Amino acid sequence: MINLNRRRFVQTAAASAIAAALPLIHTRGASAADPLKIGFVYVGPVNDGGWNTAHEAARQEMMKALGDKVTSSYVENVTEGPDSERVIRDFANQGCGLIFATSFGYMDALMKVAKDFPDIKFEMCTGFKKAPNVANYNIRFHEGRSVIGTIAGHLSKSGIGGYLGTFPVPEVVSGINSFQLAAQKVNPKFRTKVIWINTWYDPAKEADAARALIDQGCDVMTQHTDSPAAVQVCEKAGVPTFGQGSDQSQFAPTMCKTSTEDKWGPFYTNAAKDVLAGTWKNEDEYWGMKEGAIQMAPIKNVPDDVKAAGEAVIKGWMDGTYNCYAGPIKDQSGAIKVPEGQAMSDADILGLNWLVEGVDGKLS
Amino acid sequence: MSIDYLIAVMITVVGASTPILFAGLGELVTEKSGVLNLGVEGMMLMGAIAAFATVDQTGSPWLAVCTAAAAGALVALIFAVLTLSLSANQVATGLALTIFGTGLSTLIGQGFTGRAIHTFDTIFPPALATNPIGRVLFGYSPLVYFSFIMVALVAWFLRGTRAGLILRAVGENDLSAHSIGYSVVGVRYAAVLFGGAMAGIGGATFPLVLTPLWAEGLTGGRGWIAIALVVFAGWRPVWLLGGAYFFGLLTTFELYAKASGASWSSVLPSEAWAALPYIATVVVLAAISASKRAGGNAPACLGRPFIPSA
Repeated sequence: MINLNRRRFVQTAAASAIAAALPLIHTRGASAADPLKIGFVYVGPVNDGGWNTAHEAARQEMMKALGDKVTSSYVENVTEGPDSERVIRDFANQGCGLIFATSFGYMDALMKVAKDFPDIKFEMCTGFKKAPNVANYNIRFHEGRSVIGTIAGHLSKSGIGGYLGTFPVPEVVSGINSFQLAAQKVNPKFRTKVIWINTWYDPAKEADAARALIDQGCDVMTQHTDSPAAVQVCEKAGVPTFGQGSDQSQFAPTMCKTSTEDKWGPFYTNAAKDVLAGTWKNEDEYWGMKEGAIQMAPIKNVPDDVKAAGEAVIKGWMDGTYNCYAGPIKDQSGAIKVPEGQAMSDADILGLNWLVEGVDGKLS
Repeated sequence: MSIDYLIAVMITVVGASTPILFAGLGELVTEKSGVLNLGVEGMMLMGAIAAFATVDQTGSPWLAVCTAAAAGALVALIFAVLTLSLSANQVATGLALTIFGTGLSTLIGQGFTGRAIHTFDTIFPPALATNPIGRVLFGYSPLVYFSFIMVALVAWFLRGTRAGLILRAVGENDLSAHSIGYSVVGVRYAAVLFGGAMAGIGGATFPLVLTPLWAEGLTGGRGWIAIALVVFAGWRPVWLLGGAYFFGLLTTFELYAKASGASWSSVLPSEAWAALPYIATVVVLAAISASKRAGGNAPACLGRPFIPSA
C-alpha cells in the first residue's frame, strides 16, 4: 500500500499529467501511442482489375495485419509527373510518417519531396534512385513473365507471340525480354512482336492494339496494360492470353491460361512495422516467387504437359534452379550481352534498356 | 500484305471511328443551333455506364442503346437549363459537365467493374460474312450501320427540311430568328438534348462494341476528339463521316504500323501519332480562316448566350 500524503499526491498527479502530455508534444514525429499515418499514391482507379487493384488489396491486407497501429489513405488516378508531386507533398504535410508511391513515373517528384521532409520515410515502387529516407521496392515481375513465356512457347503454332507494351521503362522491357527468352527455350524460332501504346490505361486503345497484334499473326499474346480489355479481345478471337497484376480469367474464361498476381502486401506490412519499431532502413527490396511477392493464378485450359512445364518454371524459381536471365543472352543486333556461365545482376535487370534477340520492335 | 490483313485493319478502323462519329454528329447539330457544349466526354461516359448497366441487368443491348441515349440527354438537360434558361457561360458549364459525367459514371460504375457482358451479335446472317467482301460489308455490330443512317438523316434534316433551316437560322442569327417568331431557346433545347443523346450512344459503343467491360474513364478522351472532329469537318455532316474515319484511320494505323515492326513506323514517336488528329484539326482551322469565306461554316452565334431583351 502506498501511503499518499497530499504533497506526494500533487507530485504524482503533476508527473502523470506531464506523462500524458508528452505524446502530444511528440506527435509531429512518430510516437508509439499514435497510429502511424500512411499515404498511398495510385496511378489509376483502384478498381481497374489489375495493377492498382493489387496495390489496394495489399493496403487493406496491411491494415488488417496492423490494426489500429496505423491509419492509411490513398489518392487514385494520379498522373505521373509534376501533378504527382502535389499529391505526395500533400500527404507529407498531412503528417504521414510513411508514403508509398506506386508507379515508376512518380520517382522524380518523390525524390524532390523526400528532400524537403527528411523525417518522413518514402517507399518508391519500381524506382531506383537513392536517398537516406527513400527505399525502393519491386517485384521480380520477370519471374512471372517467364512462366507465361514458357506456356506461350508451347501453345503457339505460328511461333509469333504478341506483347502489348505501355512505356519502354525497364520494368516493361524486362517483362518482354523474359517472355521471349522463356518462349525461345521451348521453341528456338519463337519471335515476339511489340506494340507500345504509351498509356497504362485506355481500354479501347488496348483492345485495338491487341487486335492489331492478332491480325499480324500473333497466335498467343500478353499485355502489360492495366485493364482487362486486351484479354477480352483474345477470348473473342480464340487466342491464348495471360492476365497481369491479378487473376483476369473472369474476362477470358477459356483463353486466359494463367495470370501473374502481384502481392504487395508483405512489402507494405513489413515497411510499416519497421517504421513503427524505428528500425526502418533505406534498403531496396526486390522480391520474387520465393518471397511470395509474385504468384501465378492456377494454370488451366492447357494440355497437361504444358501445365507441367509452367509449374516446373515456378518450382525452378522457388528453389533457385531456373533463371531466365542466365547467359548466353544476345541483344537484337546479335551481340552477346550476357556471356555463358554468367547471369544478369539485379541492377542490370532493374535498368534494362535493350531488347533481346527475337523481339521485333524498338524501344519507342 | 494479304486481303485478310487489310480487312482486319478496316474492321478495327470502323470500330475506332464509330464512337466519335456518333458523338461528333450530336455535337454538330448542337453547334449548328449556336450552342457550344464541351461536355461531350462526360455525356459519353454517362451513356457508356448506362449501356453497360442495362445489359448487365437485362441482357438487352437494344434497350441499352435507348438508356444510353436517355442518360446522355439527361446530362445534356442539366447543361441546357444552366446555359439556355440561366444564361450561364457555355464553355465553363461544358467543362463542368465533363467533370460531372466522369465522376458520376465512376460512382455508378463501382458495382460493375470486373464484370463481363454479352452484347450484340451481327445483325446479318453469319453466312453473308464468310468471304472477304461479305465481312467488310456485313460483319459489324448494328450500331455501325445505325451511325451511317444517322449521318444521312442529319444531313437531310439540316439541308432539306424546314426544321433544319430554322435550326441553322437560330445558330446564324438568333435575334433575327427570334424577331420572326421562332423560339430560339426551344430550338436550342432540342439541339442540346439531341447532342446529348448521340453522345450517349457514342459512349455506349464502348461497352456494346469495342470493350465489353466497364472501366472508369472508359472513353479515354474521345469526347474531345469528337469536338475537334466537328471543326475538322467544317460543320458538315458528310465531311464529319469522312473525318471520323480519317481520325480512326490515324489511330489504328499507328498500332498496325508498330505491330508490323516496319522501320518507318518508329520515325514518329507514339506521342506525336496520338496528337495527329488535333494537329489535323488545327491545320483545317487555319485553312478555313485563310479561305475567302471567312469563318467557313462556323455558326455565327456559336457559344453566345441568347438574351432576347437586348
